[in-house]
Amino acid sequence: MRCAPLGFALAAACIVALPLQAQTIAITGGMVHTVDGPAIEGGTVLIRGDSIVAVGRNVAVPDGATVIDARGKIVTPGLIHASSDLGLLEVGSISSTSERSSAGEVTPSFDVAEGINPASVRIPVARMEGVTSAVAVPSNGVLAGQASLVALDGDDLDTMLRHRKAAMVGDLGSDLQDYGGGSHAAGLGKLRQLFRDAQEYARRRADYQRRDMQDLSAPAAELEALLPMLRGEVPYYADANQARDIRNALRLAEEFDLQLIIRGGAEAWQVADELRAADVPVAVNAFANIPDFQSLGVRWDNATLLDSAGVTVVLYESETGGPRNLRYAAGHAVRNGMPWEHALRAVTRTPGELFGTTNGVGVLAPGRPADVVVWGGDPFEISTHADVVIIGGKETELRSRQTELLEKYRVLD
Amino acid sequence: MMRFECAAVTGLALLLGCASSAPPDPTPGPAQAGTEDTLRSWQRPQYVSTYERHSSAPVVIRNATVLTAAGPELQGASVVIADGEIVAVGSDVATPAGATIVDGQGKWVTPGLIDTHSHIGVYAAPGTFAESDGNEATSPVTAEVWAEHSIWPQDPQIPLAIAGGITVAQILPGSANLIGGRSATIRMIPARTVQEMKYPGAPYGVKMACGENPKRVYRSRGPSTRMGNMAGYREAFIGAADYRAAWDKWKQDGDGDPPDRDLSKETLAGVLRGEILVHNHCYRADEMAQMLDLAKEFGFTIRSFHHAVEAYKVRDLLAEAGTAASVWADWWGFKMESYDGIPQNAALLETAGARAIIHSDDAGGIQRLNQEAAKALYAGQQAGLAVTREDAIRWITANPAWALGLEDEIGTLEVGKHADVVLWSGDPFSAYSKAEKVFNDGWLVFDRDDPAHQPKTDFNLGQAAPGVGQ
Repeated sequence: MRCAPLGFALAAACIVALPLQAQTIAITGGMVHTVDGPAIEGGTVLIRGDSIVAVGRNVAVPDGATVIDARGKIVTPGLIHASSDLGLLEVGSISSTSERSSAGEVTPSFDVAEGINPASVRIPVARMEGVTSAVAVPSNGVLAGQASLVALDGDDLDTMLRHRKAAMVGDLGSDLQDYGGGSHAAGLGKLRQLFRDAQEYARRRADYQRRDMQDLSAPAAELEALLPMLRGEVPYYADANQARDIRNALRLAEEFDLQLIIRGGAEAWQVADELRAADVPVAVNAFANIPDFQSLGVRWDNATLLDSAGVTVVLYESETGGPRNLRYAAGHAVRNGMPWEHALRAVTRTPGELFGTTNGVGVLAPGRPADVVVWGGDPFEISTHADVVIIGGKETELRSRQTELLEKYRVLD
Repeated sequence: MMRFECAAVTGLALLLGCASSAPPDPTPGPAQAGTEDTLRSWQRPQYVSTYERHSSAPVVIRNATVLTAAGPELQGASVVIADGEIVAVGSDVATPAGATIVDGQGKWVTPGLIDTHSHIGVYAAPGTFAESDGNEATSPVTAEVWAEHSIWPQDPQIPLAIAGGITVAQILPGSANLIGGRSATIRMIPARTVQEMKYPGAPYGVKMACGENPKRVYRSRGPSTRMGNMAGYREAFIGAADYRAAWDKWKQDGDGDPPDRDLSKETLAGVLRGEILVHNHCYRADEMAQMLDLAKEFGFTIRSFHHAVEAYKVRDLLAEAGTAASVWADWWGFKMESYDGIPQNAALLETAGARAIIHSDDAGGIQRLNQEAAKALYAGQQAGLAVTREDAIRWITANPAWALGLEDEIGTLEVGKHADVVLWSGDPFSAYSKAEKVFNDGWLVFDRDDPAHQPKTDFNLGQAAPGVGQ
């Protein structure tokens, strides 16, 4: 329809593109876990264009809709990976394929977005197992930079971006200790000074420009980049594993009124009451349980203990097999005692709310972006596969470099 | 079979004959006529296992689903353990006097899981420099080092692996070197010394490594290329062949003093004699083909390739050579030689008649080896490959037992085998199942319901670490 006023040549091109643009998809008959209310047995999810338009048991399927029969199957929101290097790293050992870090220990102005490679061969591998969005995080540094929430489909940054500058990422563990010259306490002192400098800089920009101001602990661009976090508009996504470091993070957040999210949180189960009281969520690396001196209390049921104490929990993984293992991170939490629905929420709605935009991804509800997965069975079970993966209303091809290798070598000549 | 006797005997003659002693040659040479105090080092005991089977009351696990790794899945079956051995498996079994009865309703029983590739103990937690004992990265060929001389029995990763149902593992040196040293096959049990863990009579393995790691580590001094790697292996085996010949000649002639002892060549001569099994870290298909040719040049066989992410591309060659492939379910992309990994690797090997093994190489993965096997199983089935649950259980039990040269003793639930048995809360190929009880050679070494059977290392004590009951 939008093509009609245009010239003939362009209209011809539009006809080809039309089915993708305004497609209506009805996923019918499945067990629909909306993560926005009770599960709907035999429910329909109706998608028009890039959004969900209806979810329920009595949704009329419009004429001309593409119908996906989900009877006997499970329908969920697409999974959201809350700590990902998808698009920022291609081959682990090849530094030229890494876009994860900027030089320096305090680089809050570093925004990873323009480094994201939409053509990464790792993206389809994760997508085929139901991961539809990822928080692309910078690595290394006390303030490593800014993360973006991206859709795992699209030819360029603009089509992938769900929420640019979704979080400020930084490490309150060993990087902070190094920053403090060998002491966490000293590192925290420097960090507080940096935050105060940024606040003072914001109050006295004019003085700064006239050079009528004392030396500040970072260049103006870095201080400027900290301001949205210091105003509480952007979450502070802080790595902290040891209970002491988590408590330090809580103190820092209280002093500066930050919107803190703990990442890692190996010993968070020991601090659960304080985390709940401060309403601070924890993103838990689900498979972590090997102790080191930052995480002597690490345990597999960490997420379960936090969840049952009323702490908001996100689940992620860092397996060498790649982000496709996110669904097993949720399954692992269930294995270790977390209610199934809570584990699903921890890989969909919760990361969507923490890192996405208002009315963004993570639930199946009218008006939300249409990231939907149809599973052959329980999505956390190893025997289950994703049958249909829809991102932004578009059904993705379940095909990757790995499936091409499989087909090439399926029969040896 | 000398294996059993090795643990218990004290007589010098038997110790000398023990495979685990591994002197340059186990047959008596002329110098063995000497008295105790004139014996040379190679004629004396060589780091002998002191493992002893714990005495335990008989156990009957009743009415469970049993994956024996030696036949079809059995429903409503019992497994009977007595004196450290499997004494009966099936639906109609006798209960030994004094047996503990375990209700297996709704539960699964499998053999103890075996990992062909672990660095537990040599890269111990908490992972500081002080525990980094896995790579003697000072020379490209260090066949003289033995992993058992690095293993720390207080590694807190040991109880975690036990709780994952692991009963036996091969602990390997790292992959920095072309030839990294001897492996140790250990029982995964709490112990004060590695000798108490060493599997009695298990043949030694030797770790070899292809590809990127050696050429990266030795870049400045060489080898710095894959052709340099190959030259390095060849040079080492040429030396070993000469060494072996010199010893053989001396044994036969008995003239004069024996040749000087060389620990590195002693290990490689053991490979040439077929006494030491080759475990070869090798990712790429083309390199595996090169290594099979190397083995032909020197007249040995490669027992198992490890990692082998491209094994599926040469699965016919592996089947033909009788070389196993110890692979991950889904690791890939962390370096160039792992770029072509696919989750159907194990299933493609299985359907080609090659021997597939799922290994961990990881203190996290070793705790979930059953789930890794499940990933490989279901990835294969989804791709339409004819692999079964009975195949997948063998990938983590019977096949690794073969790779370690212990297929007659462990790896299946068959009468007469060692009682390495895991009781699972449910289907071991489910994401939700847990090992509930782990019997290692008949000893209840882990019981999820009983803190008295949840081992802790010394390192765990007095710390926030919760142990393995959780």
